[in-house]
Parts: sequence; C-alpha cells; structure tokens
Amino acid sequence: MANAIALLGHYFGVSIRSQLQYRASFLLNSAGQFANSCIEFLGIWALFDRFGHLAGWTFAEVAFFYGVVNCTFALADALTTGFDRFGSHYVRTGDFDRLLLRPRPTALQLAGHEFALRRVGRLLQGLIVLAWATWALDIPWDAARAGLLLLTVAGGVAFFFGLMVLQASLCFWTTESLEIMNVLTYGGVETAQYPLSIYHVAFRRVFTFVVPLGCIGYFPVVAVLGVDDPLGTGRVFQALAPLAGVAFLGLSFGVWSIGVRRYASTGS
Amino acid sequence: MPQIEVKNLAKVFRVAERRAGLAGAFRGLLDRRTREVHALAGIDFDIERGELVGYIGPNGAGKSTTIKILAGILTPTRGTCTVDGLTPWDDRRRHAARIGVVFGQRTQLWWDLPVIESFELLQRVYRVPEPLFRRNRDRMVELLRLGPLLDTPVRQLSLGQRMRADLAAALLHGPRLLFLDEPTIGLDAAAKLAMRDFVRTLNREEGVTVVLTTHDMDDIEALCERILVIGQGRILIDGGIDDLRRRVGDERVLIVDFEEPGSLAALERELHGAWLREVRVTGKRARIGFDAGAVAPAALITRVTSRFEVHDLFVEHPPIEHTVADLYAEHGEGEA
Repeated sequence: MANAIALLGHYFGVSIRSQLQYRASFLLNSAGQFANSCIEFLGIWALFDRFGHLAGWTFAEVAFFYGVVNCTFALADALTTGFDRFGSHYVRTGDFDRLLLRPRPTALQLAGHEFALRRVGRLLQGLIVLAWATWALDIPWDAARAGLLLLTVAGGVAFFFGLMVLQASLCFWTTESLEIMNVLTYGGVETAQYPLSIYHVAFRRVFTFVVPLGCIGYFPVVAVLGVDDPLGTGRVFQALAPLAGVAFLGLSFGVWSIGVRRYASTGS
Repeated sequence: MPQIEVKNLAKVFRVAERRAGLAGAFRGLLDRRTREVHALAGIDFDIERGELVGYIGPNGAGKSTTIKILAGILTPTRGTCTVDGLTPWDDRRRHAARIGVVFGQRTQLWWDLPVIESFELLQRVYRVPEPLFRRNRDRMVELLRLGPLLDTPVRQLSLGQRMRADLAAALLHGPRLLFLDEPTIGLDAAAKLAMRDFVRTLNREEGVTVVLTTHDMDDIEALCERILVIGQGRILIDGGIDDLRRRVGDERVLIVDFEEPGSLAALERELHGAWLREVRVTGKRARIGFDAGAVAPAALITRVTSRFEVHDLFVEHPPIEHTVADLYAEHGEGEA
C-alpha cells in the first residue's frame, strides 16, 4: 500500500513536470476553469439576490455547500483523467494491453495516467467560496468540525472517483465513454451544490441510497455548519455519512475487475 | 523443464456480425448476430530456456493471440500454458514482473518525458532495486548506444532510436524471457541490423529466451535457429529453417555465369523435366530453378558444365519469403 502510494506520487510528479512543459496551455486551462466556476456561482448569487433565501437556507450556507462539493469534485477530477479517457485512449487503441503487461494493478496505473493540474482553477474557486462562506457564517472551527470537513472531502473524492471508475468500466462493454455518465458527474455536482432538503422526497432517497450524493455533501456539511437538519437526521449519522462514498468506490472497483476479466477473455 | 509449455491451447472469439448499410446497422443494435472465430484451434509447443524462436504466420493466423495469452493479457478458451511454472493469465502481475514485451508498432515510453525519466518510472513500476536498476540501465545504454538520447523527450526520437529505447525499457527489470512483436517494422536497414545484433547478443551472452514474431524473413534467417509457423490457428511447422524449406519442396536456384551471352533456347533444349521450375537468362547470367529432391545439384552442374562454357556458378536457396508465401497459400491466407 505504501509502495503503491509512493508510485502514485512519482507518477504525479512526472505528470506535473510534463504538463508544465506546456505552460501557456496550463495557465489558460486553469484560468478558464476558474472563470467558468465563477460565472456559475454568479448565477446562484443572482437567484439569492432576487429571492433572499432558499427553503430556509441563506446564501452563505448554500455557498458553503457549493464550496465543499466543488473542491471535492475538482480533486477527484484531477485524479481521474486516466479513467475519463479510458475508452478513447486505452480500449480503442489497445493500450490497455500495456497496463496489463506491467506488474501493478491496472487501476493504480490508470490513476497515475495524469494528475490534471488544470483542475486547480475549479479547486481555487471552491476554496475561495468556502473561505468566504466560513467568514460570513462565522463558523467556530474546532478539531471535530475540521476533521469532519476533511472526512467529507475524502468521502466525496472517493465517491466521484468511483463514478469515474464506473464510467471507465462501462468502456469494456461499449468501447466509447458514455456521455450519459455526465448526468451523474457534472449533474451530481450541480445537485449537491444545493441542500438536499430542497429536493422532492423521491430524489432525496435516490441521492442518499442509490447515488449517495447527499452522504458526501449535505449530511456531513449540516453537522459542520452546526445547524439542525430539516430532514431530521442525527449528528452520528451525519458524521458517518461520508463513508458511503468509500463504499461506493469499493463497489466501483468490483465492477472494474469484472470489466477487466471480460477484456481478458474477449481481447477488446 | 521447458521454460514455456503450451498444451492444446485454443481461443474462440465471438464477434458481432455487421449488416450492410445504415438500416443494417440499426437492425444490428436490436438483434445482434455473432459468429465464432477460432483464433487458435489447439496448439502445442515447448520452448526451452535460452532459445531464440521465430513465430511467424500470415496476418490473422493467431500469432498475436498466442503472444497475448503467453504474456497474460488474454485468457484462452481451453488448454494450458505455464511460463516458468506460472499460468500467465491467473498470475498476471507476478508473471508480468518476469517478462519483457516490446511491440514494434507501439511504445511503452511516456511521450512527453525524456527517455531517462521513463526508465526511472519503470524502475518504480517494476520495483527494481537501485543497484540492479543501475547495472541493467548502464548495460542497455552501452549495448543500444542510448547515451546521447537519454535526455531527449520520446516524441523527438526517430523510429529507430525509439525502438532502441523501447527495447531497453523492456529489459530494465532483467526479465529472462522477452517477447518481440515485429521489432524491425518500419526501421531502415542500419537500424534493422543494429536491432538484430542486439537481440543476438542478448540471447547468446545473457541467455535471455526470445520469442520473436515478424513478417521480415531476414530477421528470421539472421536470428532464429527454430521457427514456429502458424496458420489458421494451427502450428504448421515447428523446426529449423531447413524444415520449412523441405516442407514446401526443396527448391534451389543454380546461377550460372557463361563465357558468352547465354541462349535461353539452347538451355531449354538441354534441360527439361518435371524437376525444372524455371529458367531465366539475362546477359551472360542464367538462373535455373530446380527441385533438389528430384535432381541432385551436382548432377545438374555436371550436365550444364559439360555442354556450355561456364565461367562461374553457385547454388542458392530461394528467398525464404517465397517459401513462406507458398506455405501460406497452401493453407489459405489470413482466413481465421
């Protein structure tokens, strides 16, 4: 495990060096991501400016939800380029064979494909929003809150990582990456930017038990904010909820290994 | 015990049948028809440590299917295979740590990185201890003359340079078995020769077992004591180059340089029979193709020298391409 992490670290070092060779491209991409996220956030601000609050939630609270999920997604996105491009870069070209020829788990090698530095644009914007919301809400930080926030981000990264693994796994059957998975990734981010309590009960169930978006955003963030959940969940559940993201990742790796086995028997 | 043991290895692929036209494509979405393709129909062979084996066959004969199974990428439909006691597809990662694989058409190096950084990344991927890595790297750099290329990004290398770097990359972890898939494809003459020299050195001096697939018969003639010829998923020949030649008839060519410009008519008057394959005359030189199984070369030479003024003569084998092409034709080219 330690060796695997060290290898991943080396992969990332190499990847960052090679991206920095194309400095203009890196700067423009990052700036683009930053601007894109800012405009999106401006849209949310405009809504609140007009309506004041959303089902009892203030703008600063929603900004906090927004900041957490966007930081989470930016990190996961940076780590999963290999999975995102899996269909076109590995299955179609047959380059997946090369990964199978090396004495390491294929998922580890794919994670090392690229550490997408350009995602710092979205990460930076998320952090700024988060910092502002923290200031505006005057959150009394302590070890428990900070720890829970870190766990939330870790669970969220695991969840979005799992989505990308799932998307890549489907390529074993379809060859091409399926756009439909974007409903869950980008759509998921959009959804988790708002408190879960504003959605219809059917959606709430789906986002808790099927695609556990609420568990890696809403529930633990409610605990970090220190407010009562209008949905009535308790603090223990809220604090443990991010583990659903880890479980989701585990499940995705299960699907991944079924896909690898299929690849090994069909050769394509 | 042989290093590689292959028994009754078979691979059946199910491929979707395509219907013609746009309407057909849409029908195919709903109602898929598949057919079975027998890429390998049960093959057997053993390879001992230190052998250098050429594995040849027309496109689609099952060459790459075999290599993929031996390398642990592909699971066979039936049959067994052990490499150094491991079943490649069951023990993929342990197996992968012990073999080297080079695909001539693809690189395993990182495109944007200097060659040396790819090597260092592979060192970590293969967990090669530093002293061993340094020894292997220095040896490869020396044998493949990579010194001046180490700091060059891979995308700036010529094909020949890239192939040399790829060979080194596949050997940094010191594998005792190397699979080379079309290693000379696209290389110029000098690069081909350098590649062959290297493979020979690796095999003779370091004792690395090499399995080589190629379409370049010069590779085979220059390197391999043993060849496996595969066609339609079956091993057609397992033996030396002589076995291959015997299999398609023992054709030779007698080349004669006359004192005077030769006459085709005179030669044809003198030489006739089922053993004669072809006679061609250009200036003072004649090429006489014949079946050495039906007429002894010595007898033919006596006959020619007794009737004509001969300045010089020699007997050669036809290029092995012809021999292999004949064999492929016999077994229906590229069907499977």
